[in-house]
Amino acid sequence: MQHVSKRFGATIALQDVGIEVAAGQVLALVGENGAGKSTLMKVLSGAIKADAGRMWLDGEPYRPGNPLEARQAGVAMIYQELSLTPHLSVEENIMLGMEPSRMGIVRWKEVRRRTIEAIREFDNPELTPDARVSKLSVGSQQLVEIARALATGCRVLVLDEPTSSLTRQDVERLFEIIERLKQQGKAIVYISHFIEEVRRVADKVTVLRDGQVAGVSAVDDISNEDIVALMVGRQVEELYPRSKRKRGELILEVNDLAGVEKPESASLKLHRGEVVGIAGLIGAGRTELLRSLFGLDPVRSGQIKLGVYTGQASPAQRWTQGAGILSEDRKEEGLALDLSIAENVTLSRLRGFGPLGTVLPSRQNAATYRWIDKLEIRCRDPRQSVLSLSGGNQQRVALARLLQHDVDVLLLDEPTRGIDVAAKALIYKLIDELATGSPAEGREPKAVLIVSSYLPELMGICDRVAVMCRGNLGPIHQVNETDEHKLMLEATGQKN
Amino acid sequence: MKQDNRTLNSQFSILNSALASNWRRWLNTVGPVLALLLVYGIFVCMAPSSFRSTANLQMIAKHTTIVGMAALGMTLVIISGGIDLSVGSIVALATAVIAKLLQDYGAGPVAAAIGGVVAGALVGLVSGTLITSLRVVPFIVTLGMMLVARGMAKLIGQEQKIDVDTEKLKWLDELMASVPKGSWQLLPLGVWILIVMALAMAFLLRYTRLGRHIFAIGSNEQTARLCGVVVWRIKVIVFMLCGAFAGLAGLMQFSRLTVGDPTVAVGLELDVIAAVVIGGGSLSGGEGSILGTLVGALIMTVIASGCTQMGLPNYWQEIITGAIIIIAVALDRLRHRRAG
Repeated sequence: MQHVSKRFGATIALQDVGIEVAAGQVLALVGENGAGKSTLMKVLSGAIKADAGRMWLDGEPYRPGNPLEARQAGVAMIYQELSLTPHLSVEENIMLGMEPSRMGIVRWKEVRRRTIEAIREFDNPELTPDARVSKLSVGSQQLVEIARALATGCRVLVLDEPTSSLTRQDVERLFEIIERLKQQGKAIVYISHFIEEVRRVADKVTVLRDGQVAGVSAVDDISNEDIVALMVGRQVEELYPRSKRKRGELILEVNDLAGVEKPESASLKLHRGEVVGIAGLIGAGRTELLRSLFGLDPVRSGQIKLGVYTGQASPAQRWTQGAGILSEDRKEEGLALDLSIAENVTLSRLRGFGPLGTVLPSRQNAATYRWIDKLEIRCRDPRQSVLSLSGGNQQRVALARLLQHDVDVLLLDEPTRGIDVAAKALIYKLIDELATGSPAEGREPKAVLIVSSYLPELMGICDRVAVMCRGNLGPIHQVNETDEHKLMLEATGQKN
Repeated sequence: MKQDNRTLNSQFSILNSALASNWRRWLNTVGPVLALLLVYGIFVCMAPSSFRSTANLQMIAKHTTIVGMAALGMTLVIISGGIDLSVGSIVALATAVIAKLLQDYGAGPVAAAIGGVVAGALVGLVSGTLITSLRVVPFIVTLGMMLVARGMAKLIGQEQKIDVDTEKLKWLDELMASVPKGSWQLLPLGVWILIVMALAMAFLLRYTRLGRHIFAIGSNEQTARLCGVVVWRIKVIVFMLCGAFAGLAGLMQFSRLTVGDPTVAVGLELDVIAAVVIGGGSLSGGEGSILGTLVGALIMTVIASGCTQMGLPNYWQEIITGAIIIIAVALDRLRHRRAG
């Protein structure tokens, strides 16, 4: 691919991007969320058309009009969200859309033969031709997708964040399969933002940032730090500011908290003036912990002490007690997308916007202007619907709600998921400011509890960090006394 | 230079989209009004001159009152993302309750009127409570309550109309009576009540916390919950208000017929929902306005009146109204797709 560009309206998603991958080679495509990785791969797989640029496949010009043409040319894509039909069997899924048939009647024997051929490689007992896909584990489902790609005779295989929902074992198995495919001479593009994985499977790495190629290198010739620096476009210390914070009074204390399913057991102490991180794998129960703290999920047992208040409380009570939560799911839960920015920012506390308990829209808007300026939200005015904003700006609106409410305890669930680097940098800076406080301006230091799946981020901004594994919250470590490797081992339950 | 051009361009595009968005917002509120003027204009041209007469305008206002009153409450329900199918039955129940109180329990007109409204509010309270506590969708719960309320109306009347002696009515039959020509009152009392209630509800939706919470729940219930809105409480209040307004519509109905009639207003809920939808309410919640709803109700009465005046058979009126409902919603979708 050379000089590929793509615009969406005013947003430039890709600008003059080129990548190259040879047969029998694994190219890792890395970059932050929103860097343009997925867009680039959609161009490659024919799902969208580029505005400019050309592509070659085996020296021939390659111009797919749609994903089907791309498949026929030998380019197959495995997306993050699996695209299988859950109610059909493995063989039906693998052959879907290309069933061998005679006069419209499917030749099932041929289907079975080809399926067995395709899945034999994987050597996975769960994977049988007539197993129902919905009954398979996520890892096995992914293998079905790969088998489908192989059955079409693909030469270029694109894997988009393939390990994001896999267990440790499945990841290992996947890496073996990638190695085998490589030896068979397939060209593989591996998209990820886990640098360790890249190091493990790839021969070559291309880093994308803000829709442009930030760097290309053989994996062996580049350090992890350099890759990160290329990804974020600045030195790591600049990205994660850390003022001198002063740990203050204890404000949130949790003892042996258990929810209905998760968390099983969690205890922690959070003080004013500090940022505490919770690391762990997806599904470990971190989100559920925050939700049950905030009264969004039911609590089965355990104690919660928030400021002077003890015991369980509804979300409404938590807000009045001085806590606020940022949902991990901005679109489904965090924001009412059809409503205006001002409505979203002020929704948690509508008092004080007019006399006699009334709510005057003009005052809501006036209050919102302050946060539009402070958080550099790109919009026309506060009445604009949140739907029309970019992901990064939407997240700023969601955060502005906590600031407008002026809460003392901020529960942030994946605050930087799916947003651009500029928005991330702003959020890190903001978290630091909140935790530090400013006596000159009369702002007390706040307490921040942050859940993230991105370890470098937690290591960068937190004072202390704990790991959640299978519903249990581990001991809290000082950030400077631990490292990513140790935390990762703890997250996967391999400690001791 | 190139850079300058680009910033200039982007400024232009921001300006353009700002204009477009204001235009859209404007169209949102003015659209139904324009449609009403259009429909009215067509009939002014085609129908005999009696259509234009003051008497007929009064007629239209009067006929809009029952649907319009019930539609005020329905607007709240639909904005919150729900629906209430029981309003027709509540109207019948309210007429029965009012008649029974007047005739058999010796209640005064005020007490009887309040009784009708309270009966409606109670049905709404039950609907709202069932919806929030059992977590059954409003469609099903209110479908059930539609039958329950209708049955209760028939129980009160023992399957008969309840006649009320004329001297017991006092002022109750004047709510919907025609106003003598040249009177300062201009419109029947019932119409004035509708206008006052509409202003109150418009204020409630726009300027109170309850109103903002109703919009928030309809737009995204999860967000509302996250932000500490007590969702179940708001929903119960909304269904209660809807029931109360249906009860008020029942009072108007009673005033018109001066009997308690358990079989009246069958299918009225569909007219009421249609009024809200024509007025820009979205059945998926988060959208709708009181002005739009009233205009929607007016459009339907204007069509009915115009068709009658032109001597067109009843079925034409139904066909035209049906077509307008579909066109209104289709236009709405179209506008959304552009905006989205």
